[in-house]
Amino acid sequence: MLLLHRVSKAFRGLRAVDEVSFEVDAGSIAALIGPNGAGKTTTFNMIAGVFPPDAGEIVFAGRAIHGLRPDQVCVAGIGRTFQLVKPFAGLSVLDNVMVGALLRERTTAGARRVALEVLERLHLAAKRDLPAASLTLPDRKRLEVARALATRPTLLLLDEVMAGLRPVECDQMVEVFRSLNREGLTILLIEHVMRAVMALAGHIVVLHHGRVIARGAPDDIVRDPAVLECYLGEETEV
Amino acid sequence: MNRRLVLLGLLAAALVALPAFAGPYALSVATLILYFAYAGQAWNVMMGFAGQLSLGHSLYVGVGAYTAGALYFHFGIGPWAGLWVAIAACVAFALVIGFLAFRFGISGVYFALLTIAFAEFTRIGFDHLAWTGGPGGMFLRVEQRETWDLANFRGPPAMYYYTMLALAAGAFALCAALVRSRAGYYWQAIRENEEAAQALGINTFRWKMLAVAISAAMTAVSGVFFAFYYNNLFPEQIFHISRSIEIILGPIIGGLGTLFGPILGAAVLTLLSDGVTELLAALGIETPGIKQVFYGLLLLVVVMFLPHGIWPPIARRLRL
Repeated sequence: MLLLHRVSKAFRGLRAVDEVSFEVDAGSIAALIGPNGAGKTTTFNMIAGVFPPDAGEIVFAGRAIHGLRPDQVCVAGIGRTFQLVKPFAGLSVLDNVMVGALLRERTTAGARRVALEVLERLHLAAKRDLPAASLTLPDRKRLEVARALATRPTLLLLDEVMAGLRPVECDQMVEVFRSLNREGLTILLIEHVMRAVMALAGHIVVLHHGRVIARGAPDDIVRDPAVLECYLGEETEV
Repeated sequence: MNRRLVLLGLLAAALVALPAFAGPYALSVATLILYFAYAGQAWNVMMGFAGQLSLGHSLYVGVGAYTAGALYFHFGIGPWAGLWVAIAACVAFALVIGFLAFRFGISGVYFALLTIAFAEFTRIGFDHLAWTGGPGGMFLRVEQRETWDLANFRGPPAMYYYTMLALAAGAFALCAALVRSRAGYYWQAIRENEEAAQALGINTFRWKMLAVAISAAMTAVSGVFFAFYYNNLFPEQIFHISRSIEIILGPIIGGLGTLFGPILGAAVLTLLSDGVTELLAALGIETPGIKQVFYGLLLLVVVMFLPHGIWPPIARRLRL
């Protein structure tokens, strides 16, 4: 469904992403992991159209999407969250999600209905009338997901949505993503919380210094010597 | 919701009945309030809703006024036909500014500077345009001020008052509809966080252009009114930045991005300004500039203690 072929990006000579290739199958959940500065978010940003790759191709649902603007990528069916959450602080929680829902809904009434469904799913319905600025960080992370989901994506990019969540909240979120995935949503996540990665991902891609150093099933990845080495000395839950 | 409608109905009834009780001076003040309420509403579409700061709205007042004024002056074309040309001219200006700014990523204070620059060089342009009288100004003929002549927009003060009332009410209704529409949601999303808005599939360029165009079109109408109300136009006056500031103070003091803020702000500011003048005259104080100092201090107090404007706390108090 999503294919990256030798995608590269440099910032002032620093090769943030270096000939990265991987594939995400339709209906699967894949994880992009790696130490800080490995190029995960840069990869996400290129998929989402924030900036184009210097080289390489990104193909989504049979169509090249590198070079599209973020709004065009979203229209094509890719929803994303931001690692540093970006709520519409002055708007209510419901209005935040309605903005997303209006992409595929003709009327505001229809968008409100979709938004309420999504909020229900993410356990935010009770807070729908609060201003987004008043939410706690875990709730803001949920709001990021809710907003992206409201655009009815076929592929959802999640950038560290588990960070800062308590284990119980994390498990709750995992359950949400599992049920969404069962309904056909493909998910690609960047995640440091290995508890969530191991629970969700069927396929893991490991980035280090902008390069793919390993990819495969979770069980193989945690035994991969290259992966262990790059994580050695780092504080992780592997 | 019902409380809102009832209060709005009462306000409308009072405003409709006002000319029956008000003298000429009070009526002219009321007309001025409605004028600023209308223009403030227009500016609010751009800044209050879409978050694009224009400090050059005098451009649209001036271009609107001069376009309709010149058509009347030179060709005898009435204001109702001239209005559409004025709107078209202002929208054209707005789209050029919007394109330059949004295509090349100019935003925030730099965007504001661009709007000032356009207003300024248009002023200089009109200073050198002999066709509209240059710096000496353009004066529209006034045949009569007794009977209502809506076609040529000539008549007694009450006619101007009711026209401005209809415009202010229309702008209020339009903005109320806009803010609840897709455009309203998208503008507010862009205002709050443009990057997040884009990630949700919003073509921010297109929606910002729409906000700028609507705001300019609405302001053009106030320009046409200005031309036929005052009947004399000077580039130095109409394009001056103080005219832009006058327009934006109402919505800022009243409450940015709210529907009632521009109206309340216009009323408070105009009454304050006139009240200060009266008060100082009564006290026999004639120091030049003292009115501005007084007025400035009052603004300072409002901005310090009610940073979101006067309207939001009142709305909470009235449970609206």
